[in-house]
Amino acid sequence: MTVTQIIQLYVFILAGFVGYLVITKVPPLLHTPLMAATNAISGISLVGSIVLAGGQYGTVATVLGFIAVVCAMTNVVGGFIITDRMLSMFKRADSKPTAPQDTTGGAS
Amino acid sequence: MSLLLFLAGLPTAAAAAYLLMSSPTGASMDALGGRELMVQLTYLASSVLFILGLRSLTKPDQARRGMQLAALGMAFAIVGTLLNSGILTYSWIIGGLILGAVLGYPLGKFVPMTAMPQRIAFSHMFGALAATLVGVGEYYHSIQIEGAAGIERFKMAAIGFEVLFGSLTVTGSFMAFGKLQEFITGRPITFKGQNFFNLLLFTAAIGCFVWMIFNPFDVRVFYVMLAAGFAIGVLMVLPIGGADMPVVVSLLNSYAGLAASATGFAIDNNVLIIAGALDGASGFILSIIMSKAMNRSFGNVLFGAFGSVVTSSGKTSEGLVAKSISAEDAAVQLAYAGRVVFVPGYGMAVAQAQHQVRELAELIEKNGGEVKYAIHPVAGRMPGHMNVLLAEANVPYDKMYDMEEINDSFHETDVVVVIGANDVVNPAAKTDKSSPIYGMPILNVSEARNIIVLKRGMNPGFAGIENELFFDEKTNMLFGDAKTSLTKLVSEVKSL
Repeated sequence: MTVTQIIQLYVFILAGFVGYLVITKVPPLLHTPLMAATNAISGISLVGSIVLAGGQYGTVATVLGFIAVVCAMTNVVGGFIITDRMLSMFKRADSKPTAPQDTTGGAS
Repeated sequence: MSLLLFLAGLPTAAAAAYLLMSSPTGASMDALGGRELMVQLTYLASSVLFILGLRSLTKPDQARRGMQLAALGMAFAIVGTLLNSGILTYSWIIGGLILGAVLGYPLGKFVPMTAMPQRIAFSHMFGALAATLVGVGEYYHSIQIEGAAGIERFKMAAIGFEVLFGSLTVTGSFMAFGKLQEFITGRPITFKGQNFFNLLLFTAAIGCFVWMIFNPFDVRVFYVMLAAGFAIGVLMVLPIGGADMPVVVSLLNSYAGLAASATGFAIDNNVLIIAGALDGASGFILSIIMSKAMNRSFGNVLFGAFGSVVTSSGKTSEGLVAKSISAEDAAVQLAYAGRVVFVPGYGMAVAQAQHQVRELAELIEKNGGEVKYAIHPVAGRMPGHMNVLLAEANVPYDKMYDMEEINDSFHETDVVVVIGANDVVNPAAKTDKSSPIYGMPILNVSEARNIIVLKRGMNPGFAGIENELFFDEKTNMLFGDAKTSLTKLVSEVKSL
């Protein structure tokens, strides 16, 4: 193992701790938005996909990379939009809009 | 705030150490060039923004802004990657980004909240597929260019982990999606010797993984491992019933994150490692919370096939009669009640009755009553399922209470309305040692003065267990589809 790899393990473990500390404080109220958010963030695979798709490593690698870019980008765009949509619905009683909008999303 | 800074500081410090480490003169560690430094700094910024974004989810009123920061972080990561000097052609990348955005937009904008569990499972599949393909591509590329020197063991281990976890998450998530979308039966599917067979397959996959680390050029073994991963995903979710889906979906969330993290190890990228570790931790914590809320261990959820042990259920309902109530009478009870608690369950999601629930609650409040919502951690098919549905129907979140927050106040509640919930209010979890759900924490609904249960019929719940609560003398059953019953209740209360 190289020094870089050891440091990568440090980064992984420490980030895991940060994740643990932050996420244990997320209330059950927001557990679904949390899943949607981590889903969007897992679209970070895009970083690897982009390098694979654009690196000219041969046709197979390019095609695999292209599909990976599509999948990851779908998660990024869809994930962040849906998280935002969900979070925009969580309101307190006092900040309620005057006329509650009616059943647009759930009716379908 | 100091904690926030501290938390943000951890990976920052680690990443800064990484940057510093690479600057002193060393044989293999040259100082970063200007462009590469820029790329690394954008990655650092996006890592910090991701953590701040997740941190913001601890406060509902800050969450939206925080997640916008996280989205900005993602934009940084993408731009940073595009600056990467290893990229020679952009046409495939741009094409992929556009196609992904076109596919992702409707998945984010138009999928109804009622379809959230399957929507989440579906996107786990996409995330894991991306990680798997990157792993396969990286392996394929490495064996082609690295010649006889071979792929280094550490890198091979990372690729192997990525491909194995990625592939089982792809098919596992697809199965979960199928079960939630109900094109695959929600009942557990079991066959003789299933656990033994799964164990065998899992051992084989691990065997391939270890073999690959020492013999990275064995291409056939690599693809056997890939195939084994896909098979494990299917077989792992097959025996799991619908009610256990919250655990499975959380677990797959964790795996998708870990696969992304492994990608980071394989291609030397810290932002992938950090984001993957955050996702992995999140999914892991959620699955632990869900398992605890069902009083079951991980292993039990994964290998137990809950639904198949119905026969061991201790008590039957023979000789007991459930009282049914008309909508008129139920409406009278509710209209003059001082304290009302709604207990939503999966039945509310199926009937899509959340808007009617809110309407009824507003009428009760207009009559001077106080309304709360009691939400069990595993109500529904994913963590927080009920909260999202109620929020969609404009129920303010400060009226939604977690089990711990509300369980002590049921005894001073006038009427509890149970809407399509069953196992999470079953007193057998406390009283009947022979019940399969014994020990599971439940909402203490039976302590309330009156209970109205909205239910389609007397079928037992998903776990297939009889519920004594329905035969309690304080309980009245209002049979029918939840949405229809609630609509009736609303018009009855209005006409009083």
